[in-house]
Amino acid sequence: MSKRKADDSHMPIGESISQAQTLLRERLCHQRLPTRPEGVASQHKHLLELLKRTAVHGESNSVLIVGPRGSGKTMLLRCVLAELLTEADVQKTLLQVHLNGLLQTDDRIALKEITRQLSLENVVGDKVFGSFAENLAFLLEALKKGDRSSSRPVLFILDEFDLFAHHKNQTLLYNLLDVSQSAQTPVAVVGLTCRLDVLELLEKRVKSRFSHRQIHLLSSLTFSQYLQVVRAQLQLPDATFPDSKFCHDWNASVKALCEDKSVEEVLQRQFNSTKDFRSLHRLLMVSLCRVSASNPTIKPADLVDASRLFSADSKTNILHGLSILELCLIIAMKHLNDIYDREPFNLQMVYNEFKKFLQRKSHSMYNFDQPVVMKAFEHLQQLEVIRPVDVAATRAQREYQLVRLMLDHTQIMEALQKYPQCPTDIKQWADSAFA
Amino acid sequence: MAACLQHTGYDQERLLHVSDKLPCRVFQAGTLLSLMGEPSQYSYPSIFLYGHRSTGKSHVVSTLLQELELPHATVSCVECVSAGLMFERVLLALFGPDTTSLLPRSPSLSDFVRIYRQQCPQSPANQTRFIVIEKAELLRDMDANLLPVLLRLQELIEDNVTVILLSEIVWDQFRPNTGCFEPLLLHFPDYSKGDLQQILSQDIHPSYSAELYSAFINILLGVFYSVCRDLRELRHLAALNFSKFCEPLKEGKVKESDTHKLWRNIEPHLKKAMQTVYLREVSSVQWEELQMEEKESGAMKGLSAHAHVELPYYSKFLLIAAYLASYNPARTDRRFFLKHHGKIRKTNFLKKHEKTSNHLLGPKPFPLDRLLAIFYSVVDSRVAPTASIFSQISSLVTLQLLTQLGHDDQLDAPKYKCAVALDFIRAISRTVNFDIVKYLYDFL
Repeated sequence: MSKRKADDSHMPIGESISQAQTLLRERLCHQRLPTRPEGVASQHKHLLELLKRTAVHGESNSVLIVGPRGSGKTMLLRCVLAELLTEADVQKTLLQVHLNGLLQTDDRIALKEITRQLSLENVVGDKVFGSFAENLAFLLEALKKGDRSSSRPVLFILDEFDLFAHHKNQTLLYNLLDVSQSAQTPVAVVGLTCRLDVLELLEKRVKSRFSHRQIHLLSSLTFSQYLQVVRAQLQLPDATFPDSKFCHDWNASVKALCEDKSVEEVLQRQFNSTKDFRSLHRLLMVSLCRVSASNPTIKPADLVDASRLFSADSKTNILHGLSILELCLIIAMKHLNDIYDREPFNLQMVYNEFKKFLQRKSHSMYNFDQPVVMKAFEHLQQLEVIRPVDVAATRAQREYQLVRLMLDHTQIMEALQKYPQCPTDIKQWADSAFA
Repeated sequence: MAACLQHTGYDQERLLHVSDKLPCRVFQAGTLLSLMGEPSQYSYPSIFLYGHRSTGKSHVVSTLLQELELPHATVSCVECVSAGLMFERVLLALFGPDTTSLLPRSPSLSDFVRIYRQQCPQSPANQTRFIVIEKAELLRDMDANLLPVLLRLQELIEDNVTVILLSEIVWDQFRPNTGCFEPLLLHFPDYSKGDLQQILSQDIHPSYSAELYSAFINILLGVFYSVCRDLRELRHLAALNFSKFCEPLKEGKVKESDTHKLWRNIEPHLKKAMQTVYLREVSSVQWEELQMEEKESGAMKGLSAHAHVELPYYSKFLLIAAYLASYNPARTDRRFFLKHHGKIRKTNFLKKHEKTSNHLLGPKPFPLDRLLAIFYSVVDSRVAPTASIFSQISSLVTLQLLTQLGHDDQLDAPKYKCAVALDFIRAISRTVNFDIVKYLYDFL
């Protein structure tokens, strides 16, 4: 064993980095399951217990997992399933049906998908069913083999549960929850959603059939725990990584990274704005991308850069690429907003404001015809920097169509600061309408 | 070239070739490449590239994917009027023509994901598959679920797939109500003036020197840079105007080194081009013809084509009357159109606020009676209110010079609005010797 290890540790640096990248990328991008879910131990236990009762004892149940996006709902469920499936008899009998509200947009499609996932296409064949319930009942009946004890438990997982509530008459939900209430086939219905008010969406008859069990995933991490998570996400496994020396160095560098002052600041800011793991992954992923043979560790600067990339305001970025004329129009709009207290305006008013500025200047460097100004205005509309107040009123002349500016004061000023070679008179004009 | 693409996962020579093809975009290409990682590694599920028109978004992505021979499918939302077409193209590009026959008619997202998952194990790729979606802003108008599904396609399909969305519009305008998987945002900044100069100078005319062409580009940018930064548009303008620029050279009047004279020669043409070609009022062929004509006749006629609309005599007056009715307040009609309008206090009459100027706020609706009353007082001969007058009003509506408000079936007291601009109505009134500005309240 030790001999093999010694051989391996002479891997060239490029190769070990590519190995490390592969491993970490799978973790950050593909949501590879962690060995143990962080900070949700009680929820994990609860859910595992519930599903076990269905899988082993044949009890029906229904439960909702509620939590904001990126809080680890799917991760929790998948962890529980993975643990559940380690038991041999569960693995043999348990059937899973995964539905996603985004994909199964109506109940007909959902039913087809259920049939397919239970591999009952042959059984159904060309049968014609009177109702949805009949069809579902037939499917479940087909799973039964003789006596009740041997009928197989079915686990229905409904991702984006709230979208199923928009289906016509909520037929699918009604039937699934109805089956889970009556003592027929053992069925567990697990819904995942990010809407806290999801129960309000359910019809009365559907709601009454739901068990009202909800598992809430509201992250209660403290900052020090958060730092731990960051470190755990970046660390390489000592035992399985082929190049032990590289692994050791890498882990040491990750430890140093997490203790760095600037990194801590970045992470604190991230933590204060959102605790969800997805955005953390995004941040780490971008900094991980910088790692190459010439730059074998994640440097604090990489993380700082990555966070700057995410905190950059995209509208300001877009403003940076506008032409001088378009920028002038935006400044004119800003003044109109200031004067008329955010009332909508039209092109004529903007052009008028712009002309007033030009009149104050002796040189007419920006003297453009109205059609040229109009084209610039339309470009802004295309970029959705300005938006028509009433989309339906397209019959009005374009010059007089009322629009609103979708930018705020600070965005405009920030963009002007960054604007390459911005003429000083325009800058002054932006500061005050009478400059 | 300042920087060069480098990545361990790819052949160095190919990367060199790629960076040659992407002038001024090596940094963005490098970032993208590092995000993509080695072909076998997982990449982030969705990447959102945004930046202005012609900043090289599609070019960088397609060059990278093609030159490095990565499996990819490129679809443009403009071409895909339905989601079904998009699915078909993606499957065709990734798995070959056999798979598209598996799609049912008007396939749902569920069908697409199912077929994709079926195909995955049959043709396993150890490389990341890329789906590039151009003009992604149009996705918002399609099926509401399409965008969230594409963003988390990797998770739904369980394959190593990355969706790259390209758009001009910022991500904030895409986010659905209940949120979705957040893509990685990457900004493509606009080309700076130096970059534009460098790129545009690459298409040299074979019979002239590179210095001359770059001097020409310099002049072109000087005129157009403040209104237009679109590379494609600038390139078109450069191609159109270069022959004009070279004319004095051909005739032997000026030497190549005399840039000042060349500038004096071309500048008015470029200014003129801004008024017409840039606005797409004329096509480039028409522009070339115009330039030829100009040589013969010597005078350039007004190009605003819409200033020349031939109308019947009374229609012109009807239109003038409509314009006056739209832009003047009704209370001022006495002052303008009655001979003995009595005493009006001048100060009171002229007192008005700039905010109330109708030329800023746009035309107001007016009833038919008012239109006719003004019409009779502005037209110099006596006209009977015949059917011909009324049919001229409705033909003005058909020509969209007037707009009728409310429903068409409202027969008594219909209301209209005038839909022409001041320049247009001035041109019209000049043809009938009517000084419209004297009758406009805003210009008193």
